[in-house]
Amino acid sequence: MINLHSRWMDLRRLDELAANDTEIHRLNPCTKIVTTAIFLIVVASFSKYELISLFPLFLYPLTLMNRAALPFSVIAKRVFATMPFVLFIGIFNPLLDHTPGFQVGPFLISNGWISFFSILLRFILAVTSALILVATTGMDKIGSALLRMHVPKMFVIQLMFMYRYLYVLLDELSRTLLAYSLRSFNETGLPFRVWGPMLGQLLLRTIDRAQRIYQAMLCRGFSGEVRLLRYNALAKKDIAYCLGWSAFFLAARIYNIPQWLGALLIGRY
Amino acid sequence: MSHHIIEIKDIEYMYPDKTKALDGLSLRILHGEAVAIVGANGAGKSTLLSHLIGVLIPSSGTVRIGDYPLNKETLTHIRRSVGMVFQNSDDQLFMPTVFDDVAFGPLNMGLPPEEATQRALDALKTVDAVHLKDRPPYKLSGGQKRSVAIASVLSMLPDILVMDEPSAGLDPYCRRQLITLLQSFKHTKIIATHDLDLVIDLCERTVVLSNGKIIADGPTLQIFNDDVLLQKGRLEKPLRMQGCPICKPAIR
Repeated sequence: MINLHSRWMDLRRLDELAANDTEIHRLNPCTKIVTTAIFLIVVASFSKYELISLFPLFLYPLTLMNRAALPFSVIAKRVFATMPFVLFIGIFNPLLDHTPGFQVGPFLISNGWISFFSILLRFILAVTSALILVATTGMDKIGSALLRMHVPKMFVIQLMFMYRYLYVLLDELSRTLLAYSLRSFNETGLPFRVWGPMLGQLLLRTIDRAQRIYQAMLCRGFSGEVRLLRYNALAKKDIAYCLGWSAFFLAARIYNIPQWLGALLIGRY
Repeated sequence: MSHHIIEIKDIEYMYPDKTKALDGLSLRILHGEAVAIVGANGAGKSTLLSHLIGVLIPSSGTVRIGDYPLNKETLTHIRRSVGMVFQNSDDQLFMPTVFDDVAFGPLNMGLPPEEATQRALDALKTVDAVHLKDRPPYKLSGGQKRSVAIASVLSMLPDILVMDEPSAGLDPYCRRQLITLLQSFKHTKIIATHDLDLVIDLCERTVVLSNGKIIADGPTLQIFNDDVLLQKGRLEKPLRMQGCPICKPAIR
């Protein structure tokens, strides 16, 4: 449990990475948001049983991680942390859908399993691209870009505060758990009976602390506008970036690139 | 510079759980004065400070800062002239880097980015923290956090500085640096603290609070010499004014 504190420090890595300065970081935030959105739409638009044709899309997150110097482990760790959700979403497919899909040697793979892995892949693609967006842009810039794109201010502020207070909540949680673990001997994990009081405490303390932070922001003139020191204006390279990737996403959506590559190999040799 | 007189008249404040935190309190602070607010825990110090920046609005009575009465319409103006340094620096520093945090105020005041950058740099220079500018605030030490928190307020060029426990949690060296720094400021200063030795160094006037009321208001040394009053306010003579038990042991 004591480990939680270091985990929480680790959580903020995304913000630290966002302060880096690479060619991807320097792109206009609007460009990155739009490109990510197109990517997500394309990923979601594949049919339920699509598996192989999803693979070329991994080029996008991998290229970005490479160009923006994002450590693979930081992103991978966060994707794994969200994995339980998708397992619950997809786990019933193999149980309910037994129609035969294709055969690998003696094994018959049912469509249920194919759709399960399809969901898994799409989930990894989506979460990775969203994490990359945050790690290369930073939440404050995303907020200001959304405002520029005329997203209603109320939504943007909700989003920014949620992100900010998430840290506050985790910070409080790590301290509460530490205090608990220091006075509970030989206990592993949190017994069920203390969950109620602890969550209640946590909620109240977080609300208090969130209130104080909000007051501190108000004291320094916060009025809901997100103002930034640096704003990267839309340049030609931004448009090229967005159009280039979009073209690739569409190509990957329309043509089954792995099949085509395979045919090319078989056809030639 | 306009003369920023702070005038508090008969304010009362009751928390939603019906605890009366301030009980008919009146206070007048002149331009350029340095005033210490001292008193026991729960005497109402922080509540009083919260009224000066409009974080809390009194249930009855009035607060005037300079030419403006404090109300919803004047709040923006008042918050520009009153800079508040919070008790817990972690509450005050919320941006991803120190520099962004210090520039947050000036940008919200509508200054163009170049000017906000300059202001932030100047403020960081004043507190001797320019080298920290690209660090994330939550990774700084307690003393560094306090310096940055002060810079984040200074960058807005306030006329009045309000501080809640500025020396709490600082090591002796950082505390001394803070005192030297604050001595160099020409602002009107209002400091709520338990550190009475700091008060001797910084404030010529002291206000003693007890149960939401002012029980004494006068020159610092005069108040600290009044043993009965100190006891009533649940305070103790500053260490510097007590005889040294090692050099001059009390005669039994």
